[in-house]
Amino acid sequence: MAKVLMKGNEVIAEAAVHANCKYFFGYPITPQSELVAYMAKRLPEVGGLFLQAESEIAAINMVYGASSAGVRVMTSSSSPGVSLKQEGISYLVGSELPAVIVNVMRGGPGLGSIQPAQSDYFQATKGGGHGDYHIPVLAPASLQEIVDLMHDAFDIADRYRTPVILMADGMLGQMMEPVEFKEKQHVELPEKDWATTGTRGDGGPKIVNSLRLDPKELEEHNRHLQKKYEKIKEKEVRYEMYLAEDADYIVVAYGTVARIVKNAIHKARKEGIKVGLIRPISLWPYPQKPFDETREKVKAYLTVEMSAGQMVEDVRLAVNGKSPVHFYGRTGGMVPSHEEIYAKIMEMVGGES
Amino acid sequence: MELVFKKTTGLKDTPTHYCPGCTHGIIHRLVGEVLEEMDILEDTVGVASVGCSVLSYEYFNCDMTQAAHGRAPAVATGLKRVLPKDRFVFTYQGDGDLASIGMGEIVHAAARGENITVIFVNNAIYGMTGGQMAPTSIIGQQTATSPAGRDVALQGSPIRVSELLATLDGAAYIERVSTHDVPNIIKTKKAIRKAFETQKKGLGFSMVEILSTCPTNWGLDPIESLNWVKEKMVPVFPLGVYKQKEGVN
Ligand SMILES: Cc1ncc(C[n+]2csc(CCOP(=O)(O)OP(=O)(O)O)c2C)c(N)n1
Ligand code: SF4
Repeated sequence: MAKVLMKGNEVIAEAAVHANCKYFFGYPITPQSELVAYMAKRLPEVGGLFLQAESEIAAINMVYGASSAGVRVMTSSSSPGVSLKQEGISYLVGSELPAVIVNVMRGGPGLGSIQPAQSDYFQATKGGGHGDYHIPVLAPASLQEIVDLMHDAFDIADRYRTPVILMADGMLGQMMEPVEFKEKQHVELPEKDWATTGTRGDGGPKIVNSLRLDPKELEEHNRHLQKKYEKIKEKEVRYEMYLAEDADYIVVAYGTVARIVKNAIHKARKEGIKVGLIRPISLWPYPQKPFDETREKVKAYLTVEMSAGQMVEDVRLAVNGKSPVHFYGRTGGMVPSHEEIYAKIMEMVGGES
Repeated sequence: MELVFKKTTGLKDTPTHYCPGCTHGIIHRLVGEVLEEMDILEDTVGVASVGCSVLSYEYFNCDMTQAAHGRAPAVATGLKRVLPKDRFVFTYQGDGDLASIGMGEIVHAAARGENITVIFVNNAIYGMTGGQMAPTSIIGQQTATSPAGRDVALQGSPIRVSELLATLDGAAYIERVSTHDVPNIIKTKKAIRKAFETQKKGLGFSMVEILSTCPTNWGLDPIESLNWVKEKMVPVFPLGVYKQKEGVN
């Protein structure tokens, strides 16, 4: 297929359609509203359904209902709306229902701003709702990567019976880039024999449920979930290493910020400073391997985020005291420039060498 | 011996957890009988809500999905919209669930004319959490959180859900019935049947509001409770059909 020039939010929507998602329930919020509008137009064309819910709470619960009927279903929102979805997300986890939830992040807390941010990292990767759980979180850095990751997002959801979060930020949602939608190879996925579709011919009644009143049973269920997370940690880690092989210093960044970091790295390399990049693509499970591979020889790491310092905690865990970890963050919808990042790299180099 | 009465196949052979004298059990049976008589058990997905009836997924003999507190109409919307057209979806909700935390979801499901059936059990109190005031508690009613009796100045007046939802164009059939004596129980079953028939015809949102007892939290014995429904609740929540679109019968 030929490349087409599209806006990020529309790419997310079209990528979901390509991943065979026919059902979408959502509610408008900037900077992701084009996604909702695109689905409203596009889904009827493929025999699917778009429904505008009365709130994010209703939208995620419609997703819960649709998913319990066994279909591929998605919802999207931006930060304040995702906060409202947390109740439903916890229930999806408890009932082991697959779904894809898109967060096109904006600045917070509260109503915050409509500018890009990465300040929902804790919420996405450390649980978000109530209960002991994790959700696979995928963070693309380009519109093409959104296209490729969306298939994975739905496949992971179906394979492990879990909600999956696609984390973008306002910048990715609003930018335009050429993208190519490729045909995807078939992958084996488990049958959804648990779905509540009416018992017709399939034996006894099925129940989709997250209530387990017996503490032993609930602990058993939690153990089962934790086992599932171990499997996901084994199989679903994704990251990119860029100019990291010979690097003396490494910058860690994800999403839009990682792209800006690359420019800063090029500038530093021109000055003869060997800097590389670790870009986590799966924010949960967090990639440990690139840190294991680099932490003995790297003099220092610099984490750059559009937050006051959230992912940096996972970087510190991954580095485990073997090297210093520096942090640079902008908040409130401010996007760091490559000059700023370059200056921070130089500060790190000055302080470490 | 000739078999003159048997349990409905609409319910599983499971003892329920409801308190003695609680009419949740009767309502379960009526819904089960209707599903059996209409021969739609295999085509139905029920949505259990949060409240004393949370375990209804253990009792109804059909596929069941359990929803978060108040969200059953949204969950039912998702189910109904993606299931094949010949499937039935119903929710079973208490008054705390439906008229308090879930007020938004029920209003909008009715407004969209979702082709689902809502079984709305109004016992004027929160049963499961131990007898707190509900949006449907009547004026003067003593509950754990209105110990001096519900006071209009402090807590406002009871919400009449059937009347409220009947104003919405998407509502096809709305009736309020009661379980306080046999003639009314028979009427209740008819209303439940009508609600599922409404869904079968694809006419839109149907709801049966059923006045029900909570002897445990009202602090009354089962007989007194039935009288309390008749004498205290019915005047506040008048029985009758509040909405019946053309084609519903
Ligand atoms: C989000 C949330 N808030 C509160 C509760 C606690 N809770 C459980 S049942 C219930 C009230 C149910 O009352 P009602 O719907 O009237 O049903 P009944 O028990 O009377 O049949 C409440 C508040 C909950 N489970 N979830
Ligand atoms: S607490 Fe009340 S509503 Fe709940 S089962 Fe007992 S009597 Fe019924």
